[in-house]
Amino acid sequence: MDVMPKWADVVLVPVVSLLLAMVISALVILGIGEDPWAALKLMVQGSFGSTYGWGYTLFYATNFIFTGLAFAVASHASMFNIGAEGQATLGGLGVALVCLMLPWPHWTLALPAAMVGGALFGAAWAFLPAWLAAKRGSHIVITTIMFNFIGAAVLNYMLVNVMRPAGSMDPASAKFPDGSNLPSLHDILAIVGIPFSKSAPANLAFIIALIACLLVWLLIWRTRFGFELRAYGKSESAAVYAGISPTKIIVIAMLISGGLAGMMAVNNVMGEAERLVLNSVEGAGFIGIAVALMGRNHPLGILISAILFGFLYQGGAELALWMSIPRELIVVIQGLVILFTGALDNMVRMPIEKIFLAIRRSKQAAGE
Amino acid sequence: MKDLADTSGQPPGAAPNAPPAIELRGISKAFGPVQANKDISLSVAKGAIHGIIGENGAGKSTLMSILYGFYKADRGEILINGQVTQIPDSQAAIAAGIGMVFQHFKLVENFTVLENVVLGAEEGALLRTTMSNARKHLTEIAEEYEMNVDPDAVIEEIGVGQQQRVEILKSLYRNAEILILDEPTGVLTPAEADHLFRILRGLRDEGKTIILITHKLREIMDVTDTVSVMRRGQMTATVKTAETSPEELAELMVGRKVLLRVDKKPAQPGATVLKVEDLRVVDEDKVQRLKGVSLEVRAGEILGIAGVAGNGQSELLNVLGGITRATGSVQINGQEIDLTGKYSDGRSRRERSIAHVPEDRQRAGLIMDFAAWENMVFGYQWDPALNKGWLMDNAGIKAETEGKMERFDVRPPNPQLAAKSFSGGNQQKIVLAREIERNPDLLLVGQPTRGVDIGAIEFIHQQIINLRDAGKAILLVSVELDEIMGLSDRIAVMFDGQIMGERLPGETNEGELGLLMAGVTNGGST
Repeated sequence: MDVMPKWADVVLVPVVSLLLAMVISALVILGIGEDPWAALKLMVQGSFGSTYGWGYTLFYATNFIFTGLAFAVASHASMFNIGAEGQATLGGLGVALVCLMLPWPHWTLALPAAMVGGALFGAAWAFLPAWLAAKRGSHIVITTIMFNFIGAAVLNYMLVNVMRPAGSMDPASAKFPDGSNLPSLHDILAIVGIPFSKSAPANLAFIIALIACLLVWLLIWRTRFGFELRAYGKSESAAVYAGISPTKIIVIAMLISGGLAGMMAVNNVMGEAERLVLNSVEGAGFIGIAVALMGRNHPLGILISAILFGFLYQGGAELALWMSIPRELIVVIQGLVILFTGALDNMVRMPIEKIFLAIRRSKQAAGE
Repeated sequence: MKDLADTSGQPPGAAPNAPPAIELRGISKAFGPVQANKDISLSVAKGAIHGIIGENGAGKSTLMSILYGFYKADRGEILINGQVTQIPDSQAAIAAGIGMVFQHFKLVENFTVLENVVLGAEEGALLRTTMSNARKHLTEIAEEYEMNVDPDAVIEEIGVGQQQRVEILKSLYRNAEILILDEPTGVLTPAEADHLFRILRGLRDEGKTIILITHKLREIMDVTDTVSVMRRGQMTATVKTAETSPEELAELMVGRKVLLRVDKKPAQPGATVLKVEDLRVVDEDKVQRLKGVSLEVRAGEILGIAGVAGNGQSELLNVLGGITRATGSVQINGQEIDLTGKYSDGRSRRERSIAHVPEDRQRAGLIMDFAAWENMVFGYQWDPALNKGWLMDNAGIKAETEGKMERFDVRPPNPQLAAKSFSGGNQQKIVLAREIERNPDLLLVGQPTRGVDIGAIEFIHQQIINLRDAGKAILLVSVELDEIMGLSDRIAVMFDGQIMGERLPGETNEGELGLLMAGVTNGGST
């Protein structure tokens, strides 16, 4: 029997973790002589107080949804894919190549092609670690980390030596043709008459991320492949008994995972920058791990925690702008949230479980 | 009827005034909502062999873990030789003179016997003196109790019977006066078990106190002086072994009358369903696990494979179930099946109407975190009948699961509950329901009642017999000789990856099978 009711597992534990992270962050801010309450207000105001703020929050969240889903899919097959950073980097390359390949007449044509390009490149970057894990037993954590470095180097090489327009000093690709520019959230919401900030980077990719959440949910919990993937993730020996091929599960799960990470580039490369620059992923691949952990590897949880991390990113930027809180400290606060929600999950979970046990026992004692 | 609940009865041979070697008073222990031990009182006289019998989950192991310092009791006290003793950890237990031999040995496989005995009881930082002292001491103990083991033999190269002796020697080396043995005969041949019992009697005669935990009624009757029965966390009775019977003990364990013998009609074998010829398996370490096994199972009969665990039975089941690759030939209904290639996996076997109830239901047969309804289709998820286009027909599967749970008496009949929340017997019923309701031509069954309570054993045996009577072929592997004898229509004995011979259950006895299981053939009939 489960110790805790489901709502406690899904809601209470992350919320308590978050509160703890906030308390410690507040102490840190106090320590440098600033007002934590004012800081919090500024963060909320800056990320949710205007459509401009929302636009940035959702833009970041879109990145985290893709990388969070990527981590979750692999995680259900008990694969710890921490290579989303590299896969998203390569996805950016794929998206950029697609966008620059043709003078796209309209985004409706460019978008599917770019999605396929990003997903293919991301998946390809996950394939080798997956194949090595399935066939040679190489540890997926080690190989995907290494592939992050290789991915960064590949991007560097491509930008400096191949894709840089002649005469440019900047290690970045040429600007994508206008026909490949995605509509922003401003354009989309204008159709239904909702005013939205014009200069915020949130774009159509957010809608695609929402659809991806739904599709991943269907895949994991409603299809045979999802069934087999979860079965393998829970027990390899049972999967083999049932005739499920571990090689097949590992490789396909990692391809889907890499593909999702690669699709992130539709948001940041195609939707925002509209050209490929160095380090375009900016750590979103790693944030995705925390997002998935906090969201319990469930698409709905990932959506919510991605928005939370989007808030931290956007709110943090506002803090750096308006208060004398150094940029590094904002990274510390983000780190604290990741630490508490991701890594220290059990620290919060155990005491809460104990409390529930005690309540149940006293109820039983009263019932006797 | 005598007072069975009287727990203060003095075992035979105990001096009237000597305090009991172990006395437990009002021990209670709960794990969350589960009350594993409820107000248990027990007294074991010095120099007695005391059996503790009970179904799985009755609380035997918890009680012994409390005695050995693994768990702390919520309430109650422990008295050793009349002294109240605190046992917060296993070191304290050892200091109090308690030794424990676990069901799964705690030996370092690539250490020698001597090194294992010394491990954790070294006298100083340097091993030299410890080793020479230990060698002398160990030889003395071994001679005293007639337990011959070579101190320099490496553990992984000696048999399980010997390994068990090393475990006992380990305890004696630490001056244990009280020995607890947890299901000690699970891995032994009947002859090895007899040898163990001789050793135990010898130890008792030297004044040691022995607690034997088992679920096998026969062992209790054979070797113990007194026996306590546990049921649902409570000590339901303590009786003198001489004054009880297996039937009475079984009833005390289950709480109702139990059929210990299986009722079945004679088999009516039909056409050959499974034909195995010269099956060979070499494992990753290049060790031959199957060395040319040939056998046949016909429709409407149960072929029982007897043998001590680890003699190739698991590999045989795994090859037929599509888990292990092999060479040789296997035919199902006259058609050759793939043993090495693309169609040698579990799914291909299922498509050939071979169902498999694996030996280890927790590691193979079930996904413990999956709900009952998910487990009810596990292995058959590809079946179009369970799917609607791209998606699985979860609603339909759940509805069907309810029916299966009802027909197989799975309790509680809740399809949403995770497999790990069911008791061992009910987990096994889920696996059986899944496999039997596919109506397979051939059913492979490994250890159908391992870790299953006596009450459920009856039901499980009946389901297997029903399938046989429906004209299906059944290959049964079990290390429980009673089960093999009771269920099988023919018995094949495996030893060292080979079939030593075949016998008919009516024309053989445990002695003869025991010899075959130990690899001794007398050139008898097959």
